[in-house]
Amino acid sequence: MEKRGFTCIPHTDEEIARMCGVVGIASVDELLNVLPGELRLTRPLRLPEALSEQEVGSLLRDMSRRNTSTDDCSCFLGAGAYNHYIPSAVDHIISRSEFYTAYTPYQPEISQGTLQSIFEYQTFICQLTGMEVSNASLYDGASAVAEAVLMAGRITGKNHVLLSSTLHPEYRETALTYLEGGGVSSRVLPYCPGKGTTMIQAVEECKDDIACLVVQHPNFFGSLEEIEALSRAVHDKGGLLIVAVAEPLSLGILKPPGELGCDIVVGEGQSFGSPLSFGGPYLGFMATRERYLRQMPGRIVGQTVDRNGKRAFCLTLATREQHIRRARATSNICTNQGLSALACTVYLALLGKKGLMELSRLNIAKAAYLKKRLLDVKEISAAFTSPCFNEFVIKVDGDPEGFLEELLEHGIVGGLSLGRFYPELDRHILVTATEMNTKEEIDRYGEVAEGLFARSIEETRR
Amino acid sequence: MEFPKDLKYTKEHEWVREEGSVVVVGITDYAQDSLGDVVYVELPQEGGSVTKDEPFGVVESVKAVSDLYSPVTGNVVEVNDAIIDSPEVINDDPYGDAWMIKVELSNAEELNDLLSAEEYQKYIEEEK
Repeated sequence: MEKRGFTCIPHTDEEIARMCGVVGIASVDELLNVLPGELRLTRPLRLPEALSEQEVGSLLRDMSRRNTSTDDCSCFLGAGAYNHYIPSAVDHIISRSEFYTAYTPYQPEISQGTLQSIFEYQTFICQLTGMEVSNASLYDGASAVAEAVLMAGRITGKNHVLLSSTLHPEYRETALTYLEGGGVSSRVLPYCPGKGTTMIQAVEECKDDIACLVVQHPNFFGSLEEIEALSRAVHDKGGLLIVAVAEPLSLGILKPPGELGCDIVVGEGQSFGSPLSFGGPYLGFMATRERYLRQMPGRIVGQTVDRNGKRAFCLTLATREQHIRRARATSNICTNQGLSALACTVYLALLGKKGLMELSRLNIAKAAYLKKRLLDVKEISAAFTSPCFNEFVIKVDGDPEGFLEELLEHGIVGGLSLGRFYPELDRHILVTATEMNTKEEIDRYGEVAEGLFARSIEETRR
Repeated sequence: MEFPKDLKYTKEHEWVREEGSVVVVGITDYAQDSLGDVVYVELPQEGGSVTKDEPFGVVESVKAVSDLYSPVTGNVVEVNDAIIDSPEVINDDPYGDAWMIKVELSNAEELNDLLSAEEYQKYIEEEK
């Protein structure tokens, strides 16, 4: 074979002519003659003129200036994507070319470093969730929930699924999309209007044999769910309890779901070392009990010894994956979110056990102060009574959308208006505080809110 | 390699033993030998049903995961839970302690479709 240094360079005119000669056509265009003439576009595509690298750079910079970044404002928005500090060592380590440019380097003979990092990632996830086994990661929190629901169906052989209304609405939507056409029925369980947590009674009253119940903890409203009671209720019905964790930093302080009777823990790992970055790439995680190991989707890295008796890592249980079992594979997930999982591993290793606990406490303290400060505003009240981690729901006197827009003009991203997902909560805003919010920022949120309400009262009077 | 004369066999390498009104099902010596060390087995629930030529479980070795195909149609009246905890018995004693399920036949005529020990032995010789 002819040796070529630049395989990405397009074919030359001579090469094209030679290929056309071989297949017996005069031009490449002739290949398209199967399309009726009236359906073919005869003019050039309406695209702007090509730009130079310099011009493209300047165009993109102009466009990006129209965005607001969390660096330029005070961000109190969470709802599944959390603004946390990322130590600069995370990016430095994951940007090393051995890690950064590699695509699914799973061959043990050349990839001990990557495999070891995934093994450590799995260890961290098991420690945080209180579970026995973890996979090498999934795409994001929403698809991890969907995969867990499918897994519960495989384990129980049942096809009725309960989703709590306090599960992130987009996670719910993703799970339902995955279930479509699979002969599975589902029900969304109500929440207690006072506490803002899943109504346990609704599980107890469920008449069907259920495959699983999915609850989020802390839930979409930031409230802590009563996991042990839910676990008893769902096990009484023969189903599995799936706990979704959208804010894994909470696991630095909360009892691991594995100790509360949960069967599968899934979640979103973005908080651990991945930037907000327009919603991706994020990191799905999944952990479960050893007895369900073979029904878990995705890859698993195991520890073994090489022929010299030295510690080594390799993919394990791959016999159930698609490339071997074809249509009867456990799932069609045959990769993982390598780089984000690595970022998570590096982040957790940097923080350590103590650091993670301290950061969790700091988030609780920040959210408690924000809550206190906002509730000092006469027109703002707390929506639910349950304890929370770093997020909670407030109710405002007035239109929340307008309120948030005005806050934005003051450089404050004030939270998420809930009416879009919960029509009955049309005066409600989900707010979040993390270690990134200073006391000054929180005080300013309160002051600006007071000013806005005072102004709107004045305007009404006039 | 053994092929007991009193058993009936399938081309999917399961064996069947008639015991009164039920039949006992397992995998053959040839199957366990081809699979290598068996590390895991998944069997149906007692009280469930199995259908001829349909998968009823899974056997996993260090090399591969394979489906177990039911030689007959009927209800599962007993499951050998012992091999779930120690699947290595499948390698040690495929025709004895490693029986998998006992099935109450829905249609006894299905037994006529199975192979005799000689036929099965001839079949695997040809397969090799």
